[in-house]
Amino acid sequence: MISIKTFLGASVLAFAAAGTAQAAKLTFYCSAQEDWCQLMANSFQDATGIDVAMTRKSSGETFAQIKAESANPKGDVWWGGTGDPHLQAAEEGLTAEYISPMRDQLHPWAISQAESAGNRTIGIYSGALGYGYNSDLLAANNLPEPACWEDLLKPEYKGHVQMANPNSSGTAYTTLATMVQLFGEEGGFDFMKGLHANINQYTKSGSAPIKAAGLGENTIGIVFLHDAVAQAVAGFPIKVVAPCEGTGYEIGSMSIIDGSRNMDEAKQFYDWALSAEAQNLALQVNAFQVPSNKGAETSPKAPDMSQIKLIDYDFKTYGSSDERGRLLKKWDDEVSVLPQ
Amino acid sequence: MALRRSASAPVAHPVLIFWILVGCVGFLLLPWYGIEDFFEFGWLSDGYPFDTDLAPAAFLLAQGEKPWLAPLILPLLMPLAVLRRPKSDPLHARILIVAGAFGFGWMILQGFAIGIRGWNFDLAASVFGDLEDRQFGMGYGALLCASSFLFVFAQGIAARGAINGDVFVVGSITGIITIVSIFVFFPIAKMLTAAFVTQDGGYSVSVFLAKFLDNRLWGLGCLSGGRCGVAWNSLFLAVLVAFFTTALGLVFALVVTRSGFRYKRVLRALTVLPIITPPFVIGLALILLFGLSGSVTVFVSDALGVQPTRWLYGMPGILIAQTLAFTPIAFLVLIGVVEGVSPSMEEAAQTLRASKWQVFRTVSLPLMRPGLANAFLLGFIESMADFGNPLVLGGNFDVLSTEIFFAIVGAQYDQGKAAVLAMVLLFFTLGAFYAQRFWLGRKSYTTVSGKGDSGVHPHMPRALAVPVMAVAAVWAVFTVVVYGMILYGSVVELWGINNSLTFKHYVTAFAFRIEDSGIRWSGSAWNSFWTTLKIAAIAAPLTAAVGLIAAYLLTRQSFAGKNAFEFGTMLSFAIPGTVIGVSYILAFNVPPIEITGTGIILVVSFIFRNMPVGVRAGIASMSQLDRSLDESSLTLGANSWQTFRRIILPLLRPAILAALVYSFVRAMTAISAVIFLVSAEYDMATSYIIGRVENNDYGLAIAYSTALIFVMLVVVGLMQLAVGRTEIGRRMSQSRTNV
Repeated sequence: MISIKTFLGASVLAFAAAGTAQAAKLTFYCSAQEDWCQLMANSFQDATGIDVAMTRKSSGETFAQIKAESANPKGDVWWGGTGDPHLQAAEEGLTAEYISPMRDQLHPWAISQAESAGNRTIGIYSGALGYGYNSDLLAANNLPEPACWEDLLKPEYKGHVQMANPNSSGTAYTTLATMVQLFGEEGGFDFMKGLHANINQYTKSGSAPIKAAGLGENTIGIVFLHDAVAQAVAGFPIKVVAPCEGTGYEIGSMSIIDGSRNMDEAKQFYDWALSAEAQNLALQVNAFQVPSNKGAETSPKAPDMSQIKLIDYDFKTYGSSDERGRLLKKWDDEVSVLPQ
Repeated sequence: MALRRSASAPVAHPVLIFWILVGCVGFLLLPWYGIEDFFEFGWLSDGYPFDTDLAPAAFLLAQGEKPWLAPLILPLLMPLAVLRRPKSDPLHARILIVAGAFGFGWMILQGFAIGIRGWNFDLAASVFGDLEDRQFGMGYGALLCASSFLFVFAQGIAARGAINGDVFVVGSITGIITIVSIFVFFPIAKMLTAAFVTQDGGYSVSVFLAKFLDNRLWGLGCLSGGRCGVAWNSLFLAVLVAFFTTALGLVFALVVTRSGFRYKRVLRALTVLPIITPPFVIGLALILLFGLSGSVTVFVSDALGVQPTRWLYGMPGILIAQTLAFTPIAFLVLIGVVEGVSPSMEEAAQTLRASKWQVFRTVSLPLMRPGLANAFLLGFIESMADFGNPLVLGGNFDVLSTEIFFAIVGAQYDQGKAAVLAMVLLFFTLGAFYAQRFWLGRKSYTTVSGKGDSGVHPHMPRALAVPVMAVAAVWAVFTVVVYGMILYGSVVELWGINNSLTFKHYVTAFAFRIEDSGIRWSGSAWNSFWTTLKIAAIAAPLTAAVGLIAAYLLTRQSFAGKNAFEFGTMLSFAIPGTVIGVSYILAFNVPPIEITGTGIILVVSFIFRNMPVGVRAGIASMSQLDRSLDESSLTLGANSWQTFRRIILPLLRPAILAALVYSFVRAMTAISAVIFLVSAEYDMATSYIIGRVENNDYGLAIAYSTALIFVMLVVVGLMQLAVGRTEIGRRMSQSRTNV
């Protein structure tokens, strides 16, 4: 009897805890792609001798985790992932204010991202919105090559376009907000309604449409251009399109978690991650975003940002939870219910 | 079970002394608060026992620290007073109950009241004034102390005569209720309260109602050509999946136990394959076969000249993938039951001139009801909670589990909506649970008794055998094709695009070098691989043990609140992993139980997520065992623990195996809960695989999955050897001649 009881007892309350913090370590939440995260963690560790414990999750998952942990934060710094969850975290006070001495080396868009969030986050890279298409499937269906947003509304593309659901994906919300800023609120929603007729599926995850296109399961996917480039580089027959009317973009961000147990190390990482040297690490992995440090290099395979017409995306307005909630509800009520 | 064992002599009880000692060790010797890397024993040379982070409670009090622990001394000492009292003395029971209840209650109270920022409640701060001190999560000292109080309490209850004074049963019930409350009810309750939270942090019912009555949830547009609500989608899908998995599970169980089919082992292995397959892999394989550009689709459209369509995306795709994935669970539950149906009954019917078909329809099938009901329930719940397949194949067919996930991690950041959806899902599960109970009714399904039970199972009637074998064959071929695709996908350069053969994915993942200092595991997958193996190996036996003890209590004992208890054991299984993951962070990231970021939280989440299969399989098998077996054992002087170990356990081998295999495999392949619980130190194989899929490294992801499949096949085989077969004393081999 004793053996079973001890077993019960042991599993009853298997308590343990993270005890006292030890010197020189950093818990690093990463929301970029796996190999980039690994490289950042290892390089920082090599450069500083600080022990880095890295966990990779998508930006939405990381946001949910930081929020759930807010009573007793476990992470120190959160690097990568689209800007909206970072802005949301700033809005909810989950991240800490910090003004890095590296700021004078950054592009203005990176700093305006910081300023719109009360210096609780900062831009580390940016990527333009656009779409990619599977050239094999396009040819097989005798479709013309699209070049503009308006092209996607043509009836011949019916059933060939895929985008993520704005309710579940930051990428798709950026698309919605871009259309509203590009064509005005009326025109933007008219565009979304027209697009709705051609959509074959609203995916859950933001990059899923272009992955489906890579596998030949879909023809045109509306995604961030760097995701489309990554597909093409991986060997899939994907052509990347920067729409002629101009387009919006995301700012990949970085934040220090409020209540971090290793604040000094977190700041050290923050400054390091803004340096040209750290941002050049993107060249070693298949990351095709534009770095925020003016001195950092952009991959030659990345879309040439000087050739893309970028709109003046208003992150402060469209990143706020009120405006987001309003637009999403309007999309839900007016667009998603239409017959296809 | 009406036998009452006489109270033993008034000498000190060894079990009681044991628990008193455990409490003292916890209070006097072990560090009270949690320590990182406890089992590396670095703390012994780090200032123990005086450093306040490492000190046992007694040393803390002696140094004037943490005065709120002082009242615990009283209930620790109180049980000493009963050592010389006979069990029949009412004071004996009363003292134990009071000591245990006070001790355990005080521990919970102080644990929740005082946290890392002093008082946790404003009320306490206003009554007692600000607290300068604070405390972290409880450690092993507190764990032993709390268990001691709990079991002292249980012995008090037993001494008062509950469950005939059976200490083992009362202890098990108390123990299991406590751990289920802590690791199932508490986190889920914490999560579900989010459904009532307004945007500015207050509580309101109207917030809940607005989210609950949403048209997206309950709309019936599909009846008029539009789209139905998410809730209806999920319900409809789950019923279909449960029906198909149960039917197919029964088909396979019949083929394996009641046919002359030769290659039963191969078939058995085939049916188990899908549960040992990591998530997303089946979905990917189906896309490459039946998707818009899938090989089968292309072949058919070329041959018949029809335009390929995206028919796979939506309900058909999810249905195929889930049926493929969950049939093995139904099979595992049903095989034990189908084997357990006593041939005597069937032979009796045959002797009475029933035809084979009549025997099957009126005797065998009704006796399999507990198995069928349990398999259906599991299939229903699995389908409701499944997340990977709808994500990959769902198309525009939304289901609750994915909606919940994206309510939490998506662009809406709406935990309240997730909680409401989780409640709807729970409601369906509860409904299925009661429907199952109602269908089984109060009939007896006992067929294994102590009485002479020999004979062999008759074969299926021919009218049944032909379709059953045909279905099994078709399904087997389908499974082989899907897995052939997976194996093939792991050795080609780029799946679907560049089909030149290569081993590079395996090399990237599993390279190792032999150096002077030993083997260097240089492949990128090793780290998560070893962690996964370790966690799964720890979790599996614990899961099986907790599950089977719970099943024993549910079938063999009656106690107040049994129904609620039974539902509680199903709860963590019914809720999608994402909700469990987030609720575990909410509940266990702060003292008193602070286990996030450790391996413990992974083990605990696996135990409670996978326990229900052990419970279900155990209940299904145990309801076939005649109680007279227990009774004769008890009459012969064995106590209930001995009866459980010597009589029931050996007869439960198929259920034990099912529970062990299932919990091991699920610990290796689970993803949704794990996403939130993995940390840098404890990364799991599945989260690594997902990362690779997101990064377009399909080859690497599939190679890793394939390697995992082979590892699990080996482990499952070893478990089968270790657990052994049940010998129910039937003429086994010699009867084969009359086939």
